Amino acid sequence: MRAFDYVRSSDINTALQQSGLPETRFLAGGTTLLDLMKSGVERPARLVDISHLQGLNDITVVSDHIHIGASAKMSHVAAHAQIQSQAPVLSEALWRAASAQIRNMASIGGNLLQRTRCTYFRDPAAYPECNKRNPGSGCAALNGINRNHAVLGGSDACIAVYPGDLAVALVAFDATVFIRGATDRQVAVDDFYRLPSNRPDIENDLSVGEMIVGVEVPVVPALKNSHYLKVRDRASYEFAAASAAVGLEFEDDGHTIKDVRIALGGVGTKPWRARQVEHALIGKPFTEKVLRDAARYAVDGAQAREHNGFKIVLAPRVIARALMTVGGLV
Amino acid sequence: MADRNKVQFKINGEHRVLELDSRTTLLDAIREHAFLTGTKKGCDQGQCGACTVHVDGERVLSCLTLAAQVDGRNVTTIEGLAQTDGTLHAVQAAFVEFDAFQCGYCTPGQIMSAVACIREGHTGSDDAIREYMSGNICRCGAYPHIVTAVRTAAARLQEGKV
Repeated sequence: MRAFDYVRSSDINTALQQSGLPETRFLAGGTTLLDLMKSGVERPARLVDISHLQGLNDITVVSDHIHIGASAKMSHVAAHAQIQSQAPVLSEALWRAASAQIRNMASIGGNLLQRTRCTYFRDPAAYPECNKRNPGSGCAALNGINRNHAVLGGSDACIAVYPGDLAVALVAFDATVFIRGATDRQVAVDDFYRLPSNRPDIENDLSVGEMIVGVEVPVVPALKNSHYLKVRDRASYEFAAASAAVGLEFEDDGHTIKDVRIALGGVGTKPWRARQVEHALIGKPFTEKVLRDAARYAVDGAQAREHNGFKIVLAPRVIARALMTVGGLV
Repeated sequence: MADRNKVQFKINGEHRVLELDSRTTLLDAIREHAFLTGTKKGCDQGQCGACTVHVDGERVLSCLTLAAQVDGRNVTTIEGLAQTDGTLHAVQAAFVEFDAFQCGYCTPGQIMSAVACIREGHTGSDDAIREYMSGNICRCGAYPHIVTAVRTAAARLQEGKV
């Protein structure tokens, strides 16, 4: 590992100033950053430890929104009683991610910024070519072992899948990222993540000198009746082959779909909101056939590579199963 | 240019001050500088759980924690579980009783994880134990006995028998 300077910040403004120097990274839980530093993907000259910052780990649940501080640990948010009762999709997306140890370490802000699990991206010694690490160098995944790569949102430069779970739930429910920097600003989680296009090295909207300080989720009726279904190669401690964050609200007849929220994980280069499926379902009766017919729209425009075509078959099924679970059909 | 940092923390109740390269992980600080070799280095990349220790009472991976990050905190390792007279912790005793290991390399991490798992209240069923112990890999495949040991230790601790 390259040698680095380590500084610890006691307040946000100092941390932002300290982060302005070249080759500097914030260190929070460290579960992504330290891992990537060991493998040589990340080679910072300086770490600004923000894990001791005060006042960034609050979890607030009020009638119209839920606010989660960026330093809150995944495990604490997952176990929060009001999150579990008012927004089960957030708790489920968190406790089905990583392991108990990692969830005790990883912060919510860092979780949003976790890097792809693309094996080519994470192995610079064996695969020098990677447009995400080294723009213009090529992509070993396009013609490599790409079973776990994206079928939605990819480009000829990169098909690395966004690996997270929480952001999928956040995108489904129109959450906002709170950012502090030279100016304070807010951006929709859906807009925070970028498609790779021809610059897969630029993954999100965050600039140097900026820090995520929290996320906020508007409370809607579908949030209380929500679910995160994660299908994977083993039962636990694994990334999604395909996952769905869903929420459902019925009309007063208890059968007609009034509001529905759907986002996919494990299949896209960013958390993937399935708006076409949502639009197809609003106003329709809640039956398995209606769900399965609409769910097919989720993979419109999907592009399979040699090994990942199964995701195009799997993703609509995961959506249907997740909706049937919240709607009481299974 | 590698920084050397003075890191002060408690390991198993004992105050320690170490001068460490900034790159030193908590795992290497425990093993190579505090000379407590019970904590194991398995994958060293956060995938196997062999390095699990407690920081301020919560289980974490010491291989993905910089030593500098635990400055001022309380670290508990496998050596800190038994009583000073040598009486084993209920989880340690259950691992011995139910033969919850073969080669033993993952065992300190399994036990540290299990102690926290019980404290968290995630032992209500065998499925819950398997889910919340999934961060600890056992290449020998001793999982059935590990689940039995965790379930039994949890019950005994809850009944106050130990």
